[in-house]
Amino acid sequence: MKNFKKIIAVVLALVMITATFAACGGNESKEPAGDKIKVALICLHGDASTYDKNFIDAFKEACANKGLTEDDYTIVTDIPEDTACYDQAADLAETCDLIFADSFGHESYMIQAAKEFPEVEFCHATGTMAHTENLPNFHNAFANIYEGRFLAGVAAGMKLVELYGDAEGKVSDENAKIGYVGAHPYAEVISGYTSFYLGAKYVVENVTMEVRYTNSWYDEAAEKTTALALIDNGCKLISQHADSMGAPTACEEKNIPNVSYNGTTEASCPNTYVIASRINWAPYFEYIIDCVMNDKAIDTDWTGTLETGSVEIVSIGAAAAEGTKEKLEEVTAKIKDGSLKIFDCATFTVEGKPLTSYMADVDSDAAFAPDTEVVETVNGITFFNESAKRSAPYFNIIIDGITAVTE
Amino acid sequence: MKKSTNNLKEPFVRIVKRDNISISKIVIIYAVAIVFGLLLCGVICTLFSDKGIGEFFESLFNGAIGSERKIWLLLQDTSLLLGTSIALLPAFKMKFWNLGGNGQILVGCLSAIACMFYLGGKVADSVLIPIMLVASVLSGAVWAVIPAIFRAKFNTNESLFTLMMNYIAQGLVSFCITIWVKTGSGVLPPIAYGNVPEIGNKYLLPIILFTLITVLMYIYLKYSKHGYEISVVGESINTAKYVGIKVNKVIIRTMVLSGAIAGLVGFVLAGSINHTVSTASANNMGFTGIMATWLAAFNPIIIALTSFFISFISKGMMDVRKTFMFTNDAISNIVVGVIYFIVIVCSFFISYKLVFRKKEKEDNQK
Repeated sequence: MKNFKKIIAVVLALVMITATFAACGGNESKEPAGDKIKVALICLHGDASTYDKNFIDAFKEACANKGLTEDDYTIVTDIPEDTACYDQAADLAETCDLIFADSFGHESYMIQAAKEFPEVEFCHATGTMAHTENLPNFHNAFANIYEGRFLAGVAAGMKLVELYGDAEGKVSDENAKIGYVGAHPYAEVISGYTSFYLGAKYVVENVTMEVRYTNSWYDEAAEKTTALALIDNGCKLISQHADSMGAPTACEEKNIPNVSYNGTTEASCPNTYVIASRINWAPYFEYIIDCVMNDKAIDTDWTGTLETGSVEIVSIGAAAAEGTKEKLEEVTAKIKDGSLKIFDCATFTVEGKPLTSYMADVDSDAAFAPDTEVVETVNGITFFNESAKRSAPYFNIIIDGITAVTE
Repeated sequence: MKKSTNNLKEPFVRIVKRDNISISKIVIIYAVAIVFGLLLCGVICTLFSDKGIGEFFESLFNGAIGSERKIWLLLQDTSLLLGTSIALLPAFKMKFWNLGGNGQILVGCLSAIACMFYLGGKVADSVLIPIMLVASVLSGAVWAVIPAIFRAKFNTNESLFTLMMNYIAQGLVSFCITIWVKTGSGVLPPIAYGNVPEIGNKYLLPIILFTLITVLMYIYLKYSKHGYEISVVGESINTAKYVGIKVNKVIIRTMVLSGAIAGLVGFVLAGSINHTVSTASANNMGFTGIMATWLAAFNPIIIALTSFFISFISKGMMDVRKTFMFTNDAISNIVVGVIYFIVIVCSFFISYKLVFRKKEKEDNQK
């Protein structure tokens, strides 16, 4: 028994000494080149979903750019939006310094894990709660994707003109109808299709758009049938905010031009792919990895823009109209210098009237109460200032010209 | 006699039922099958990655039992799957093909969440939780008894009926979420009311609850009159009628029980674990449970083992996917399918054996 105690004492002493050395070693190497860190990505689905694939690709790219190898990062896919997300985050927190979750419904569970592991940084895409939650280690991020959607809309408008335009470039009302497959009637979706619509309207003044929801973020069959229903209903071009290949495939079958999202779908739909917009998450991933490596604080609520490289137009397809590239460069320059505002209140009406004031629900609360004025005037342009009060979109108005069918 | 056998061409291979096989032999056959299955899966995984088979086994075990949290989670998942399988068991024993486990769990979840949503904060949790429990169990039972009544009264096909009830349950969940979540995000955040208090730790409640239910089910099926009636109806409806069992009554009563237990699983998922509901809340246990039940040859105690095995593999594969950098579930689904296939094949060889045609030589000698 005595011997046993002695052995334990010696072992413990050795462990302490090693630990001390290990700790010193860690501090020494931290200063010069930035410590090796471990990072993790939690995804709702796998890379079969265009939404998650976009995150996975960007994550790998950012890790490679920051010198992190496969031993330093982990990607976990198919994590549902329930306690399984917390369990996964908590498990990863035992070995990682930085954990990122990609789906809206992960947020509550990431916050739960963030409270339990204060020394680990938790970042979350599309969430709304970081700016009111006040946790030092929980952060939201999104990008001004409405800028990308607008550009994609411009390309859509040009495609309509190419297909149906007369000598003056006018398109008849019947042919100026486009369709949109939405996931849920949620601000992120509404903001996306409104900016897409305004982009098309920038080129084709009399364009109208029919929106139908699938009431699911990822349902390939529903997205396909919804796209087909829109085409049957006379839509001459389809775009979507949903995460599967459903809508692009339907368009390819019916030979209707498709404006895609999250990434190019040209490989599967070569005849109908016009253009796609996407959020490039790599700049944000690189930013948060940098912050953790250099012990800097991460922004509570980070919004990517065209400037940061977070909002992108992905490869212009063979089906796009002639001159799309030049036109988009021109519009991009206007957006960047501020002379063109996407939600310029002079370009749209709501129930026949121009929008002069709008209280948005920026701070999440149980009652979903509107709390912040978001219509502002800068340099003589009155516009709806999207994603300025928090990164996740809050534009949730159905403007004239858009019919949204809620099923 | 001899002549006729000579004239008939004996098939190359015949399937013969085994009369009796010792338990130790069964255990050995299964153990060999599982080890062989896992090895094969490891090989398949290494084909798609630069990692080795050692890493496959390391991550498989690490994912399932690599830390205290993982062990608890494994036990929790096992208990939920066990609960679902035990819910399906009496129905399957009666040869009532209840494919509606998912739907019955889901309405159980939904009812509990509806109580939390509408009554949370208005009544004390000590009142709310029993209400949730009753609502879940009742709704699960109702979801199961509707196909049972149709089967009993109109002889409808219960497999299709219960299967369709799953989709109705999913639609109902989507519909409620659309109404409840005013922002339209389609995601119901966790509700703070009506959360079942922890006993010991947050994983223990389902483990204790469903172990208890398993034991009760074992006693019910083995020693009660109801249990006997279920097995008679399962063997032959005509026999059951002949001995005076009211078949329709047994079908309906058993399905109420089956649905009630599934509803209870839903209650635990909603009240104790997730505090929210989505169309995926049942986690497909209604179907995985069928496999656990069949593999265990309808023995409630063995079901605990098969549930553990299935949960172990799925937890372990999560970590294998991480290590092997599989960013979708395709390969791991193949692999898990292969393991189950091998185990099912070996269960076939426990009941039957192959008899090969004897060689020509021997025939000539005769």
